[in-house]
Amino acid sequence: MPRHLALRIGLVAAVVLGSIWYLYPPKKTINLGLDLQGGIHLVFGVETDKALASQTDRAAEDLKNALEKKGIGVTRVAREGNTAIVVQLASPQSWNDAVTVAGEFPNFERRNADQGAGRFSLVMNEKEVSRLRDLSVRQGVETIRNRVDQFGVAEPTITRQGEDRILIQLPGLQDPERAKALIGKTAHLEFRLLDERTSVEDALAGRLPETSEIMYQRRVDKETKAERKTPHVVHKRTLLSGAELNRAEVQADPNAPGNWQVAIEFNAVGARIFGEVTEGNVGKHLAIILDGSVYSAPRINERIPGGRAVITGQFTVEEARDLAIVLRAGALPAPVTVLEERTVGPSLGADSIRQGVIAIAASGLIVFIFMVFYYRLSGLIADVALVLNLLLLMACMAAFGATLTLPGLAGIALTIGMAVDTNILIFERIREELRVGKSPRASIDAGFSRAFRTIIDTHVTVLVTAGILYNFGTGAVKGFAVSLFVGLVGSLFTAVFFTRLLFDLIYGGRRRLGSISI
Amino acid sequence: MMEMFRNPDYDFIGKRRWAYLASLAVILISLTSMVLHRGLHYDIDFLGGTLIQVRFEQPPDIGKIRAALGKIGIGESVIQQFGDPREYIIRLPLTSANQEEVSRRVQGALAADPALGKLEIRRIEFVGPQVGHDLQIQAIYAVLVGLAGILFYIAIRFDLKGGVAAVVAVFHDVIVSLGAISLTNREFSLPVLAALLTIIGFSVNDTIVAYDRLRENRGRGTPRGTTFARQMNIAINQTLSRTVLTSLTVFFSTAILLFFGGKTLEDFAFVLFVGVITGTYSTIYVASAIVVDWTNYVEGRLRRPKKAVAKA
Repeated sequence: MPRHLALRIGLVAAVVLGSIWYLYPPKKTINLGLDLQGGIHLVFGVETDKALASQTDRAAEDLKNALEKKGIGVTRVAREGNTAIVVQLASPQSWNDAVTVAGEFPNFERRNADQGAGRFSLVMNEKEVSRLRDLSVRQGVETIRNRVDQFGVAEPTITRQGEDRILIQLPGLQDPERAKALIGKTAHLEFRLLDERTSVEDALAGRLPETSEIMYQRRVDKETKAERKTPHVVHKRTLLSGAELNRAEVQADPNAPGNWQVAIEFNAVGARIFGEVTEGNVGKHLAIILDGSVYSAPRINERIPGGRAVITGQFTVEEARDLAIVLRAGALPAPVTVLEERTVGPSLGADSIRQGVIAIAASGLIVFIFMVFYYRLSGLIADVALVLNLLLLMACMAAFGATLTLPGLAGIALTIGMAVDTNILIFERIREELRVGKSPRASIDAGFSRAFRTIIDTHVTVLVTAGILYNFGTGAVKGFAVSLFVGLVGSLFTAVFFTRLLFDLIYGGRRRLGSISI
Repeated sequence: MMEMFRNPDYDFIGKRRWAYLASLAVILISLTSMVLHRGLHYDIDFLGGTLIQVRFEQPPDIGKIRAALGKIGIGESVIQQFGDPREYIIRLPLTSANQEEVSRRVQGALAADPALGKLEIRRIEFVGPQVGHDLQIQAIYAVLVGLAGILFYIAIRFDLKGGVAAVVAVFHDVIVSLGAISLTNREFSLPVLAALLTIIGFSVNDTIVAYDRLRENRGRGTPRGTTFARQMNIAINQTLSRTVLTSLTVFFSTAILLFFGGKTLEDFAFVLFVGVITGTYSTIYVASAIVVDWTNYVEGRLRRPKKAVAKA
């Protein structure tokens, strides 16, 4: 009797039962990739430079205020590049005081100092630069996750990819344009005053104070789809931003039937600022700006307490709903751009599954028939091992939460090939030993142990390739590598351990073994 | 017992000189084809661009699709039928224009043309220039690191000669497969890359089986006077039925993928199909042959100084 038979049967039974446990019910346990079930795959690049620039802008603003507070006259405090602030003092006499004030900005280093000219620049240090870049990507991931959750997509994947990329996978979603608009919108909401001392004509001709800029209001004619752009001259200074927002709700626009608007409410800080701003600027126009476009610029009639405002702009109910979502979820710390997009319709996914499964079933069937035809009972044993291998493969994918993709199906097809090869190696070896004249039992022993070394070598080399594929590949290649890797490990177990067990069970009990069916 | 070969003893290694010529000729054809086609044709996965797959309700006239797209002026688009006669793929190169705008305009133009009838957008892919470039770098990395890993493993388990020869054999297979892609006007896409990497695995797998047998035989001691070439030939013959059986099963499996796996898997299966053939061939006539000639060369050098001493 071969040794440890009961233990080995127990182990195989445990593996089979465990596999079934992980696989049941298959609809819920196997994750299908977007190429098989349809959906949207997006890779966004985060423009981290913009986050640096806006942080530097804020620091420049703070520096200017701090200098003015100390009574130090400056002729210019401005951002240069993404991370530098240039300061030009009104007189070199205030140099020492100015340097003390600048010392209060620990994330900036003083460079290019020219005491005689009263000029220096502050440059953001490397540590802060990399911290901000990292933060803007992490916050971007958080914000996008927040938006997608509110939008309501089942099982989205939102992860950081590499240094400055965000990967978003939305299975089953059918409207890519809307999803992209929702996710990719920076949603940077600002309230700024119109510059009413500069006429639009002057501004367009280039006669524009340094503190103002031109921004456009876009209106789309519902019938002709023609876009009309109206220029506005607005102050560069932002009085209030979307960061102080508490709520955003969709409402019907009472002034324009059929249009929708978004009602917003500020938090306590925002409400106080909003009250002060409206009180101090009665009669002026306050522009509501989203991502660099003016949405409306209503006149301030009186102080507005309670911090409530409305954003109007010919929205449909869907647009208004999406705008409310992005405002609630908050602005992205830096703009994002689409680097990669893959949308697969559900019908294409279903077709791919059908074709893939048919192809694998067909190639599997050919292999099955061939093995029985060529190796008889031993071939049947190999076939049973192959079935176990497939079961193991699917169970491992389910257990690790791996995703089954179209290239993954191809990987499974290849695994079948490798698993068969392992059995062929063993069987050919057993036959050779038989030919030399060894007894059937000795031949089985020698066949397995001799083939074992070769099997280890072949599996390790292909495992190495699969591992490298997984590490370097993206998307499709990864899916292929995963199923190949798992399949190879399964093939090692089934061919070496399980096939041997079946041989022992069939031939091991008999006292005298006349012949084997191989 | 059903057998394909009974104690085969074909003289594979003896004919290796002819095989070198054949290998060189095939590699030359491959390279020439790639040069004549002005390099490989990369898919949008590597080049960047936009791909839109559309299924029409009725098989459309390709001229009408072209006419519909011509009206919106989006630059040079490539329109190809894809599998089913109702299904088409439209490829747009990267332009400075906004990608979303471009794909929306294409969809709008197709939907608005009454001559084309109803349609369904089945797939949209956009790959930005940076992503495509990164992927090219990654692909080259993956192949090189994969080869280095294989070389390292074989050098440890067998010897350096075997490792180098196996890697040369893999290069041979990759070049021939790329040549086959080029000759059949296929594009180099992600699935093709995956297939190439699989071939690397398959080719090495096959080579190792032969090496392993040679090592085992030598470990048991060889009769005096058996040349190294003869030993290699014996090992190849001993593993011949396994090689042929495995290659045939993989060959048939990929053939089925090729013919029934659908358009999406077609290129992948094609490369595997070619790779199985060249991978099997290269085990015998590239990897093993190089090991034999290298060993003969080294042994010849070792013997020569001895003669010199004897003369003196």
